[in-house]
Amino acid sequence: MIRAVMVINTQGKPRLAKFYEFQPVEKQQELIRSVYGVLSSRAENVSNFLDAESIFGPDTRLVYKHFATLYFVFVFDSSENELAMLDLIQVFVETLDKCFKNVCELDVVLNYSKLHTVLDEIIFGGQVLETSSTEVLKAVEEISKLETASNAISLVPKSVSSWRSR
Amino acid sequence: MAGFSVMDTLFQRTLDDLIKGLRLQLMGESAFLSKALDEIRREAKSTDPDTKSAALLKLTYLSSLHFYDMSFAAFHVVELLSSTRFSHKKIAYHAASHSFDDSTPVLVLITNQLRKDLTSTNEFEVSLALECLSRIATVDLARDLTPEIFTLLASSKVFVRKKAIGVVLRVFDRYPDSVRVCFKRLVENLETSDSQVVSVAVGVFCELALRDPTSYLPLAPEFYKILVDSKNNWVLIKVLKIFAKLAPLEPRLAKRVVEPVCEHIRRTGAKSLLFECIRTVVSSLSDYEHAVKLAVVKIREMLVDDDPNLKYLGLQALSVVAPKHLWAVLENKEVVIKSLSDVDPNIKLESLRLVMAMVSESNVAEISRVLVNYALKSDPEFCNLILGSILSTCCRNVYEIIIDFDWYVSLLGEMSRIPHCQKGEEIEKQLIDIGMRVKDVRPELVRVSRDLLIDPALLGNPFLHRILSAAAWLSGEYVEFSVNPFELMEALLQPRTSLLPPLLKAIYIQSAFKVLIFCLNSYLLLRGDAASSSYSDKLVPDVPGLFSERDSVGCSDLASCDAPVEAELDEGFNPRDLNQSFGGLSVEYGGEETSTCGQASASASLKDSFTHESITNLLNRVELAVVPLTRSYDVEIVERARNVHCFIELIKPQMPDCLVQKEESSDTEEAEASKIIKLMHDAFSNDLGPISVSAQERVSVPDGLVLVENLEDLETICGDVQLPSLNSFSHGSSHFEEMAGVSIPIFQSKEEPGPSNECTSLLAEHRKQHGLYYLPSEKKDGDYPPANDPQLQANSNDDEDLAKLTEQLLVSKKKPNHAKPRPVVVKLDGDQVPIAAGPHSQEDLLSGTVRDVLLGSETKPTTRSSTKRKGKEKLNVDSTTESKENLGDVEKQDQGNSSTRKSKPHTHSKGRRHRSPGKKGDEGEENCQKAKPKSSGRHKARQRADAPLNVVSQTPVIPDFLL
Repeated sequence: MIRAVMVINTQGKPRLAKFYEFQPVEKQQELIRSVYGVLSSRAENVSNFLDAESIFGPDTRLVYKHFATLYFVFVFDSSENELAMLDLIQVFVETLDKCFKNVCELDVVLNYSKLHTVLDEIIFGGQVLETSSTEVLKAVEEISKLETASNAISLVPKSVSSWRSR
Repeated sequence: MAGFSVMDTLFQRTLDDLIKGLRLQLMGESAFLSKALDEIRREAKSTDPDTKSAALLKLTYLSSLHFYDMSFAAFHVVELLSSTRFSHKKIAYHAASHSFDDSTPVLVLITNQLRKDLTSTNEFEVSLALECLSRIATVDLARDLTPEIFTLLASSKVFVRKKAIGVVLRVFDRYPDSVRVCFKRLVENLETSDSQVVSVAVGVFCELALRDPTSYLPLAPEFYKILVDSKNNWVLIKVLKIFAKLAPLEPRLAKRVVEPVCEHIRRTGAKSLLFECIRTVVSSLSDYEHAVKLAVVKIREMLVDDDPNLKYLGLQALSVVAPKHLWAVLENKEVVIKSLSDVDPNIKLESLRLVMAMVSESNVAEISRVLVNYALKSDPEFCNLILGSILSTCCRNVYEIIIDFDWYVSLLGEMSRIPHCQKGEEIEKQLIDIGMRVKDVRPELVRVSRDLLIDPALLGNPFLHRILSAAAWLSGEYVEFSVNPFELMEALLQPRTSLLPPLLKAIYIQSAFKVLIFCLNSYLLLRGDAASSSYSDKLVPDVPGLFSERDSVGCSDLASCDAPVEAELDEGFNPRDLNQSFGGLSVEYGGEETSTCGQASASASLKDSFTHESITNLLNRVELAVVPLTRSYDVEIVERARNVHCFIELIKPQMPDCLVQKEESSDTEEAEASKIIKLMHDAFSNDLGPISVSAQERVSVPDGLVLVENLEDLETICGDVQLPSLNSFSHGSSHFEEMAGVSIPIFQSKEEPGPSNECTSLLAEHRKQHGLYYLPSEKKDGDYPPANDPQLQANSNDDEDLAKLTEQLLVSKKKPNHAKPRPVVVKLDGDQVPIAAGPHSQEDLLSGTVRDVLLGSETKPTTRSSTKRKGKEKLNVDSTTESKENLGDVEKQDQGNSSTRKSKPHTHSKGRRHRSPGKKGDEGEENCQKAKPKSSGRHKARQRADAPLNVVSQTPVIPDFLL
């Protein structure tokens, strides 16, 4: 299964962190920090693998991809294929790209909820759920529609805050 | 209250505001965040769900990306879950799955809400609940919600169904009894037409099969069908992973799948699938030569690919195949060795592993040569990795692959000289270990040690100090093999040894002592044997001059000792002084002296070198070097230096006499001197042997001695030991300083009572404090049996046994079939313990306990929920009996008892239900967690109970399925 998904920027700031096994927040911070520590020392044009066992314990692997200012990191165990995980990162990024039209770090920063919605449609409880970005996008759009619709009902009692969030 | 809430709502910051505020950072991040957190704490308590949800969203954000603890808000999350609005629910479920764990107390409150959402008509609400459940399901939740999940497994909406399949993994894990309810439907989902559903279902089975493959063998036909028919790479990868686990368990299954797998290898364009096929072949189908050959061809393609990922994975695949098919690695030798200099550290590491896999008795020298060259060129980190792997490979199984120890020892010496080498400790260990185990290599060891010791530059590298100490010890211990002991002595006493840490310096001094004893003894022997009068006649006249010279040097040395108070200064100063005086001496004795230093290659010339003056010089040389050290701050150094000094004091006065009176050859004085030397020599010439790892265990614990298991509080004791002991020693050395000029015997007797009194008082105090770790105090020290009581030894045969055993091993370990005979390597039975026996026995223990748990889980009482669901179970059992009938036609002929394996759990579970009322409630839920889903418990228990029978009966099953 997939153990964790992280998006970290090149300065080491986490932009997205999802652990599929419960980890206390302090542990999460420590893990992200150690991953970044190793990532930042890697040269360009080398393989996308990292020794994860020293950080996450036995039977763990880690792949990452570097896009512009962001590292996308997937941690998983022996029941996943390394190259397939690289593909999955690609799927995730492609979906985000379609979602935000040329995704950049700022989109990732400002759209915390949407990012999670996208991710949850791709990975479910550590299992790969969907690998087609169009399917994911379809589901995400419907969920967003439903969200705004349910918010619209609240327009009457809560007009001001709704304007603000527009 | 209401007004407060409205104000809250009006001016509440949303998540967007929070993020933007953070980015502006007007007031510093931590101040801003703590302010925001205060707001959130207030807002979360609000009765208005909008305010609450916005607050929780912010809180989840802060918890997820800024790592703030949000457990305080758990109850608010539960409150928000019950909101009817989707956006609120979404936030609440997100917060719950982010922050809840098994110990969250409010978890018990959400069961009903989850049930409600799971049965909702809105598929997205169902999806939210499922998602949350996949993260937080506890034993209770899994048990209580199993019926709902069972329903959802057959949902008409694919969107929901695939998530329901996904959640099953967690539910099975937490509540194994749910297997009986859901398993059938899960299997049905494998056979649906929707590829998304199949994909998730296969994923779930892959996880399950990885944990306990045997239980899923009966499903092989279904998986096989997918392997052959599916076009989806994701699905194929997962199925391959399942077969990689199943194939080793059932040889005929392996035979069946090998062809389709090869077919995929030939056909597929997807690298991920290709790699998975290769991995399956090399790990699980390695008995099929043609498949392995095909895989190796593809691996080769990966190795030469430009993509570093493929190269890395190719190397990984090679290292999997290496143990069984070394030819595959050898075929790609060039690529592998070239990869050692790749820019990517992963690739370098992997190729290093492969290179080490290639090592055998025949090529170890060649490969080590290549690697050492690489090590010289690489960065420090990789250099040490290389050295480390050479060292660990070569010493594996008591130097199994080393035949030419002379070569290996010189390699160790060479490795020590590599600039980045930080493996001092390991090299030290091996040098000494080889010295003790392999008698034949000792001359070479001494030669290598001499080369290391004699190079003053090496003393400057702290990483080498351990190696140097090993070299010093070896050259002292095996000095009889030394070509030139005088040269060795020079090396051991050279001024730069002051750079060594005190403990290692002490080893140097001790070794110098051994060398000295050896020289004296050789000299005595030589004189006794030869008794050539002309030889000594020539020497006699020189003696007075020699000694006057020595005295003057001694005096100047003493004088110099009087003045300086600081020992450090002394140390630096004296050796130089001594060098000068030595130089003076060698000038005086011109001919002979240079000959002692210069020649020394043949043993004949070695004998010649033990002349009277060379021995006397040696004594002076040692004395000059050692005297200043007796005032060192370190006890170890002081003790060793004193030993040497006292010995010289004893011997020196008798040396001239015994020379002069040698012709009379019946002098008591001489006898005394030579007696002392003989005695010392005998003491040192006792061969030290290797110690078995298990030696400690052989010592039986004496009666009445209670060993404490937990030594945690020992740390506190050691903590307060450090300080006083330091004090007492520095006190001692201040004595030294005061009395620097006084002759040694007096000063010893004066100095001793002080610290020892202090020590005993400290000891008494310590004993009072931590009496636990002392032997009972009523026993006086005298009551303890002496350490080497001959009587005790006579009583216990243990030592003799050990000796006998060693002898046996010595004999049996000989390998006569080599061209160059491998020297004898002493092996003790205990040596194997850490490598093989240790983990093995542990594993047995582990599997034993697992077996216990599994057997125990069979009699596990069914809990209330399962009785509640009896109806459904019955339905389940019915449907499987149907399938049993279908398949039964094929199988009935050849096996009575094994019928369909799939149905076994169910039939068995019936039996359980009969038994269960008897033993209710004595087993916790923990047991179910261990017992694997579906049948593992029952299944395995069955298999183990009637193992031989079962193996026979189960084997015909699979092919029948597959045909």
